[in-house]
Amino acid sequence: MIYLEQFTYLLASALFIIGLKYLGSAKTARRGNQYAMMAMAIAIVITLVVSGIAGPVQIIVGMVVGGLIGGVVAKKIEMTSMPQMVALFNGFGGIASTLVAYSEYLEPTTVPVSLDVNITLILSLFIGTVTLTGSLIAFAKLQGLMPGRPIVLPMHQILNFILMIGVVIFGVLYVMTPDVPMWPLLIIAAAALFGITFVIPIGGADMPVVIALLNSYSGLAASATGFVLSNNVLIIAGALVGASGLILTQLMCEAMNRSLFNVLFGAVGTDDSTGDAGTGSGEQKTVTRYTAEDAAMIMDTVQSVIIVPGYGLAVAQAQHVLHEMAEMLTARGIDVKYAIHPVAGRMPGHMNVLLAEANVPYDVLYEMDDINDEFQNTDVALIIGANDVVNPAARTKKDSPLYGMPILNVDYARTVMFVKRSMGAGFAGEANPLFFDDKTMMVFGDAKAVVTGLVKSLKEDE
Amino acid sequence: MESLIVSIYVFTLAVFIGFELITKVPPLLHTPLMSGSNAISGITVVGALLAANANNWKVSTILGVLAIGFAMINVIGGFMVTDRMLGMFKKDKKTEKGA
Repeated sequence: MIYLEQFTYLLASALFIIGLKYLGSAKTARRGNQYAMMAMAIAIVITLVVSGIAGPVQIIVGMVVGGLIGGVVAKKIEMTSMPQMVALFNGFGGIASTLVAYSEYLEPTTVPVSLDVNITLILSLFIGTVTLTGSLIAFAKLQGLMPGRPIVLPMHQILNFILMIGVVIFGVLYVMTPDVPMWPLLIIAAAALFGITFVIPIGGADMPVVIALLNSYSGLAASATGFVLSNNVLIIAGALVGASGLILTQLMCEAMNRSLFNVLFGAVGTDDSTGDAGTGSGEQKTVTRYTAEDAAMIMDTVQSVIIVPGYGLAVAQAQHVLHEMAEMLTARGIDVKYAIHPVAGRMPGHMNVLLAEANVPYDVLYEMDDINDEFQNTDVALIIGANDVVNPAARTKKDSPLYGMPILNVDYARTVMFVKRSMGAGFAGEANPLFFDDKTMMVFGDAKAVVTGLVKSLKEDE
Repeated sequence: MESLIVSIYVFTLAVFIGFELITKVPPLLHTPLMSGSNAISGITVVGALLAANANNWKVSTILGVLAIGFAMINVIGGFMVTDRMLGMFKKDKKTEKGA
């Protein structure tokens, strides 16, 4: 029986790996997800078969209730709210690991409990709990339940340090005297506080990095539980997720030209006070204001347009009407492409999903590196609800918080059109010199209203 | 101690495979990748099943049941939302229509 169990877990692990491989291409991604589903189903079934179902009631209750909640959330969730959902689900992964580890502490599978089980148990409790409370804070920030700006406590780093030391001390005490029930509870308490103090100083704009990192932690938590139970499928699946989250974290940091250290401990960002920096200097220089009709007239004469969507587009729910406009332009023989900056949206790849939901085909969505050379041969760069990711100050202004961040080269296009609500600066609080350029057309207003106006004017021409 | 060594081997190799596979995922698919890997981290449900599977209602059993619930939210919610998202990704059909 042990062989059957182990080989089935091996099969499940292999299916997880194949599933992730297929997730790497748009054509096969859906199949990849199905492979991973199959792997999960196989792992669950063999676990039940081999261990014998001693308590059918609680197992059915747990699976049905959890499954129903998950299913309803997955069906109802708005695509703009994906970051919150992923954040919350990361937390659920964390708490599941903590609960399993603590349950194993109460009723060990093998007695006497060996030293390495005790050590991995501490790890599992710690990572699981940090993932839980950290994710809850990230969720609260993204959902607007708490302010997005960084919250820094007095002696914040020292507090973090003390909590870490606390975990180590309680861990050592636990290993020496595992029978004292206080130690694992103290480890959980310290880890819970650490998860909170770890995420509250991180600003709203840096949340994509944090979600990716917590995604990694939720995988590591599963792995740690696998270490406790000596279960390879948990270790492998958890390690895959851990690696995935870590890579995404790294990519997000690169896209903002920040180190992970700076994101975690820099307390950068002023989520609530955006707009101040831009308006002050903006009054002195002249900005040319245009209307949607003016923009439509320009569109009559061009051959190529690159659209740069930012999160403002999603906030205004203008994706669908934008797609309608793009279709009209394409029908007139104009070459329309979308340029997607890696940090457009609120989580890795978020903008692609939002546009896909509006039926924008994915082969007109271009990554930054693939499209940056094309702006110089493009008639119009149309920027909607984005700012920092196209701010040329990132290239030249050494004292800018944006300096060094890779940007989309919209300033190389013949005409630059901004659709923005106000002159406000982006998250970074850095004014955009491109607003004052002669070739720039500023169209102020809600993204949806402006693009709808554009579509209307284009229709009238026909 | 021997089983710990084996576990560390398995973990390390799996991390390498993970890095190899994920580096190749294009940014287009990063959100589905995250929600999908969310579902995969719900593999903890296996441990939860073992913890909950007893014909008594000790604290450890109850914690196990709770863990099953949370892990299953991850599993079902994660896989379903990933499938929903991936279903929205379409290639351009106009080229076919126009031809």
